[in-house]
Amino acid sequence: MIKVRNLTKNYGGHLAVKGISFDIKPGKIYGLLGPNGAGKSTTMNILTGCLAATSGEVTVDGHDIFEEPLEAKRHIGYLPEQPPVYGEMTPREYLMFVAEAKGVPFEKSLRHVKEVMQLTQIYDVRDRLIRNLSKGYRQRVGIAQAMIGEPDVIILDEPTVGLDPAQIIEIRNLIRKLGRIKTVIISSHILAEISAVCDHVIIISKGNIVANETLENLEARAGGNGLTLKIKGDKKRAEKLISAVSGVESAEYSENDGIVNASITYSADVREALFNAFADAKMPILEMHTDESTLEDIFLQLAYGTDERDASLIAEVTEEEDDYPEEKKPAKKKEKEEDDYKPLFGSSDDEEDDE
Amino acid sequence: MIAIFKREFKSYFINVSGYVFLAAIWLFSGIFATALNFIGRYASYEYALSNLMIVLLLIIPILTMRSMSEDRRNKTDMLLYSLPVSSAQVVIGKYFAMLAVWAVACLGMGVTPIIIGMYGAVNFASAYSALLGFFLLGAALIAVCTFVSSLTENQLIAAIGGIVTSLALYLLGSLVGLIPASALASFACFAVLAIALAVIVYFLTKSYVIAAIVAVVTLVPTVAIYFINSELYASAFPKMLEYLALFDRYYTFLGGIFDVGAVVYYISFAVFFIFLTVQSFDKRRWS
Repeated sequence: MIKVRNLTKNYGGHLAVKGISFDIKPGKIYGLLGPNGAGKSTTMNILTGCLAATSGEVTVDGHDIFEEPLEAKRHIGYLPEQPPVYGEMTPREYLMFVAEAKGVPFEKSLRHVKEVMQLTQIYDVRDRLIRNLSKGYRQRVGIAQAMIGEPDVIILDEPTVGLDPAQIIEIRNLIRKLGRIKTVIISSHILAEISAVCDHVIIISKGNIVANETLENLEARAGGNGLTLKIKGDKKRAEKLISAVSGVESAEYSENDGIVNASITYSADVREALFNAFADAKMPILEMHTDESTLEDIFLQLAYGTDERDASLIAEVTEEEDDYPEEKKPAKKKEKEEDDYKPLFGSSDDEEDDE
Repeated sequence: MIAIFKREFKSYFINVSGYVFLAAIWLFSGIFATALNFIGRYASYEYALSNLMIVLLLIIPILTMRSMSEDRRNKTDMLLYSLPVSSAQVVIGKYFAMLAVWAVACLGMGVTPIIIGMYGAVNFASAYSALLGFFLLGAALIAVCTFVSSLTENQLIAAIGGIVTSLALYLLGSLVGLIPASALASFACFAVLAIALAVIVYFLTKSYVIAAIVAVVTLVPTVAIYFINSELYASAFPKMLEYLALFDRYYTFLGGIFDVGAVVYYISFAVFFIFLTVQSFDKRRWS
């Protein structure tokens, strides 16, 4: 569907994208993941013909975006980082304008615009000025704009930036819905975002692709089914008991005030066996939990070349480098309201609410 | 292109700018017509139009200031870049929208000769050919100011830049007399112009090679022609400036002459600046 070959973008001496290549196949949701300034937006702008590449080749359905831009653009719907909406228009007027500009015949566009508005749930606000809509609605108008003209691929650049948690869930559901009928590419600097909706992840770091895999593969690569235990008692006895359980691959121990900390990697689920073994030995397990942050570890490793220990540090740095430093809301609020949403970089996805 | 034209045209009447523009031009047209035609009792609307020229250079920039710069500021230019529409179509759509607003203004002004005609003998052919000339003058000025608007994302700078440019074009005719007409002076002016062009090209492209090529291509013939036949340069520079004096061309219309040469001149002036605007709009794709 989309073929990218050796794409390079040079901003007056600064290489934003360094010769990347990838393929987008139909019917999947792709996630472009990377820290701020990794080249995600640049790549997306080039894919959609908004930006010229320094070198390289992009073809959309066989049409080169630089040679036959009009043909290629017909197959793409694009939502840039800031929804490109006209405040003085209503969503309906705006979408009718986009439909006409994309060459949808008028009779067809009336129905098409209505369908898109219903799908993106902006039908109720169709006659209000976009200027007066909340950020979440404006974002949805932007997504609706990308869907007009029934393009094969929909490209969304950071579609959930600056939205509140409830809106984030809604937009994600919308993206999942879109993914069933179209090819979707979204970008984000938040791993949870990508892992929540995407089938396939492309991780970009400093203008290079460092991973291009399905989510399952990446999870498998993250591997390490890990378990952390806190046991009251003697270290040697604990070692003996753990190594006796089948399925345990390796374990590391440390002792502190009569409490043993054990980090275990296992091949099969060993939690029950461990529980029974320690119960029989009358050694109470104070704490047992699986290590769930493995996907984040691999992302951090790939994207920054560091491991989890520095994650907090990185979070601070990226926050400072954020484009919208003015308004920072506490990240707590978000964690609380959505169970599967874990902001990796704290509040760095907060955006200044412009005008 | 039609979609963009319609959207832009409507936006002038959703925002106040279209109304402000029409109100201003009609107000001044009315004032001059009242003063000269009704109180002064001249049965020709051309007098009012000749006074309106100075108003034109103040209000055309109000019409054009947001044309290109607002999209840049609101990031709606990203939409225009991603639509299956070429840059030329975008710019032409926007230009025709402004032209349509300007046409509405001129149509409104077209009522005045009829009113004057109710009280005296009016040469309608002369009055309406002057009005057509006025429309074309405005059309050329809109193209120039649109180009100025495409250079900035700040509407205020676009407006001031537009006014300054229009004023320069307005005064150009009078300034020409100050420039010495000798061949050497003209040669020097052209040489300076060629170097300035190369410098501008350098700042636009940030490439020494392209700037050097431009400098060589423009300077070598300039120098060569001077040494082969310096007579060619005699008063050449003032003549060129005279050619650029947009407003001076309009006086023939006021004299009751429908000057086809001036019509072609205004249209080519507009086309040239629309072309520059398309380049300026497209250039942002590259940076």
